[in-house]
Amino acid sequence: MISIQHISKSYKDVQAVRDISFEVQKGELFGLIGPDGAGKTTLMRILMTLLIQDEGKATMNGFDVIKDYKKIRNIVGYMPGRFSLYQDLTVEENLNFFATVFKTTVSENYDLIRDIYIQIEPFKNRLAGKLSGGMKQKLALSCALIHKPEILVLDEPTTGVDAVSRKEFWEMLKKLQEKGITILVSTPYMDEATLCNRVALMQKGKVLNIDTPRKLVENYSRKLYAIKSKEMHRLILDLRSYDKTDTAYAFGEYLHVTGKNDEVEASEFENFLLKKNHTKLQVFDNEPGIEDVFMDLMQE
Amino acid sequence: MNEKVIEVHNLVKKFGSFVANDHLNFDVYKGEIFGFLGANGAGKTTAMKILCGLSAPTSGDVKVAGFDIYKETEKVKRNIGYMSQKFSLYEDLTIAENIRFFSGIYGISPKDRKAKQEILLKNLDIESAKDSLVGSLPLGWKQKLAFSVAIFHDPKIVFLDEPTGGVDPITRRKFWDLIYEASDRGITVFVTTHYMDEAEYCNRVSIMSEGRIEALDTTENLKKQYAAKNMDEVFLKIARNTE
Amino acid sequence: MKQFIGFLRKEFLHIFRDPRTMIIIFGIPVVQLMLFGKVISTDIQNAKIAILDQSHDNITRKITSKLLSSGYFVLGEELLPGEDVESVFRQGKVKMVVTFGPEFEYNLERDGKADVQLLADASDPNTARILTNYASGIISDYVKKEKLQNIQLPDQINVEVRMLYNEGLKSVYMFVPGIMAMILMLISSMMTSISISKEKELGTMEVLLASPLKPIQIVLGKVTPYLLLSFINALTIILLGVFVFGVPIKGSFFLLMGESFLFILMALSLGILISTVAPNQMVAMFISLLGLMLPTILLSGFIFPIQNMPLPLRIVSNILPPRWFIVIIRNIMLKGTGIMYIWKETMVLIFMSFTFIALSIKNFKIRLE
Repeated sequence: MISIQHISKSYKDVQAVRDISFEVQKGELFGLIGPDGAGKTTLMRILMTLLIQDEGKATMNGFDVIKDYKKIRNIVGYMPGRFSLYQDLTVEENLNFFATVFKTTVSENYDLIRDIYIQIEPFKNRLAGKLSGGMKQKLALSCALIHKPEILVLDEPTTGVDAVSRKEFWEMLKKLQEKGITILVSTPYMDEATLCNRVALMQKGKVLNIDTPRKLVENYSRKLYAIKSKEMHRLILDLRSYDKTDTAYAFGEYLHVTGKNDEVEASEFENFLLKKNHTKLQVFDNEPGIEDVFMDLMQE
Repeated sequence: MNEKVIEVHNLVKKFGSFVANDHLNFDVYKGEIFGFLGANGAGKTTAMKILCGLSAPTSGDVKVAGFDIYKETEKVKRNIGYMSQKFSLYEDLTIAENIRFFSGIYGISPKDRKAKQEILLKNLDIESAKDSLVGSLPLGWKQKLAFSVAIFHDPKIVFLDEPTGGVDPITRRKFWDLIYEASDRGITVFVTTHYMDEAEYCNRVSIMSEGRIEALDTTENLKKQYAAKNMDEVFLKIARNTE
Repeated sequence: MKQFIGFLRKEFLHIFRDPRTMIIIFGIPVVQLMLFGKVISTDIQNAKIAILDQSHDNITRKITSKLLSSGYFVLGEELLPGEDVESVFRQGKVKMVVTFGPEFEYNLERDGKADVQLLADASDPNTARILTNYASGIISDYVKKEKLQNIQLPDQINVEVRMLYNEGLKSVYMFVPGIMAMILMLISSMMTSISISKEKELGTMEVLLASPLKPIQIVLGKVTPYLLLSFINALTIILLGVFVFGVPIKGSFFLLMGESFLFILMALSLGILISTVAPNQMVAMFISLLGLMLPTILLSGFIFPIQNMPLPLRIVSNILPPRWFIVIIRNIMLKGTGIMYIWKETMVLIFMSFTFIALSIKNFKIRLE
């Protein structure tokens, strides 16, 4: 459905996207995962026919992003990174406007947006600028869906949104996916990767790896320990000073620690830390998450 | 850990008939890392503005850094630092110029400034970039620099409003190293975040929902209380309950 | 077409929901017209003058009373021969001294020549010129009516052509066309350029570009509301001019409205052109204000006559659309001339409109920069 081949794009002196290639299958929920400056937005704008790549070729549903830009604009729904609705129009006016822009009406495609729109319908006469963050996001998604697009491109829809709204948003995406819409979504939150079918981990304009979240984790080759003690900050400092430690980072209530090589045993860490007078010490083998994978790839 | 640096009693803030903060009660102690969580629109920003002396409460007693928020606003401001994701430093000034400007605001003498500036640059390992424009720095550097400038005048409390948005996981953790260091130096850190794993790094967290504080405790106790595996679950349970 | 109507509806909602826009569109024209027409009027009323009459005869007395009854002048001081004229000026008591030579009537009847001197305080050159203009106008008028020929008037007096069509020398006659040009220019260009650059700034343009809307639909959708509003503005200004200030419309009203329409169209296309280069509202506003409003006030012949400008500025004034529009309106309103006499200026405006439209379509990006 989406095909990207050797796409590169530079602004003045920054190379935003470097030689990226991948494909997204029809009906797939594909995630671009990476921090700010990874090139996610640039890549999406190229696909949305809003920017022209320096090199490479990309197609959306078989249409070339440069030559067939008009056709693409008819079949794709887009939610840019910033809230891009008219704040001085009401919820209903925004929706109607985008419906007419895409030569359709709200009632025609109401089925598709019903589940989402129903939650903001009580506020349909409120100005969009006065909505809360979560509601703005639902309205923006409704507007992006109003013309029944085949592909949905969402640029960081969950950034700056609280955990509850984020969770709801991903549930909505799953439902849309069931209706056969291909979805390309970007996010800086690593934990959201597991909600996608496949993800591309991106950093500084490059793709670090592409796979299903599960495979990515399975392919993580190193031995990872979770360590906890009563004084977490001292724990980090002590572990970093230990010559058998490679990395030690906080992950929620535990530290995730890797040794210089995979021969380093949990007991070695334990003994070292006991000597440093740590109490309530826990050390155990741990399953890695996407974030561990990402951090590992970053350091290569 | 017994000295109170923030004391809030029955804080109420209304905008017309809308109650943004509904009888908030909490204390924050010296050197504590206090996580201030809540859904969008729960009233976090309103409360934070009041604590920073930017907005007056409708009613209630609030003391920050030992000063009354109504009468001694200027003293409050002198004793706190503030950093948000959106604004902290002037992008069109160099690192040194930014430091000089903020030192000027807080009345730090040029001699002290020079000494402290050297330490700051060394700690962040950016001595060579002293005369680069802040706008040209990578996001991760900017955030660390912004934090260091926010505590440059050794405030009693530093308020951080979503300080780690958008940065990569390693930089995010390095940022937390700075927070821990500040806390070790006795600076109280009052922080909001949308990353639930970051909530775990706090000594205590409060969770707001619809203008009220629904939970306030150490993460360990909260997880026990709500029978949850992690803070994410605690957060979801609280938010769903109040809906 | 439905797309376009939907777009128009949205534009009108933006306009009617923003009080600032409403004030700019409907408040500013009225305020400006009132300001220029009443307050900053360069008309002189009750200016203090001194009379030094060395002759004290029938004619000098009549001329004096004519001057003083004109409403422009009041007698500040009567000077005696030999009194120091300069000191009167220095004390700032009077703005002008009128000196009649000795034996005025006698000289006039014998030689057909008599001397009258107008001394004006040129530290305020504009006022000085207007005062001497008025005074010499009144004197020559008197002389004409009394059929007294050959009075030698001071050299510096030259009666300007415009007096022919504006006998009362009312500056408001001059200002109405100028203000109309300025306001239409400003509102049309500034409002369109701001409304387009606002979409860029807020990121909504990104969504519009990613939609099947064609650039021409976006541009027309932006322009049409302002075309209507500006037209209402033009009507308001003309009505105010006619009914409040008594400015005549000697020529065809429809020609006047037609030309206004053309000018608005030109200004709107200029606005779009500005928006294609301005990345945000502030830049658009800056370009409109500095690039359009100031030159319109200073160089279009609105306040300062073009023929008095140095050559480089005269050349610059030729590329300013209001310069041509002001000529057109003055001709229609004050002289009552038809299209035959202003077709050249009209062609210039048509040419400019097409150039701006062509440039903006060429510049309008179908993608982000």
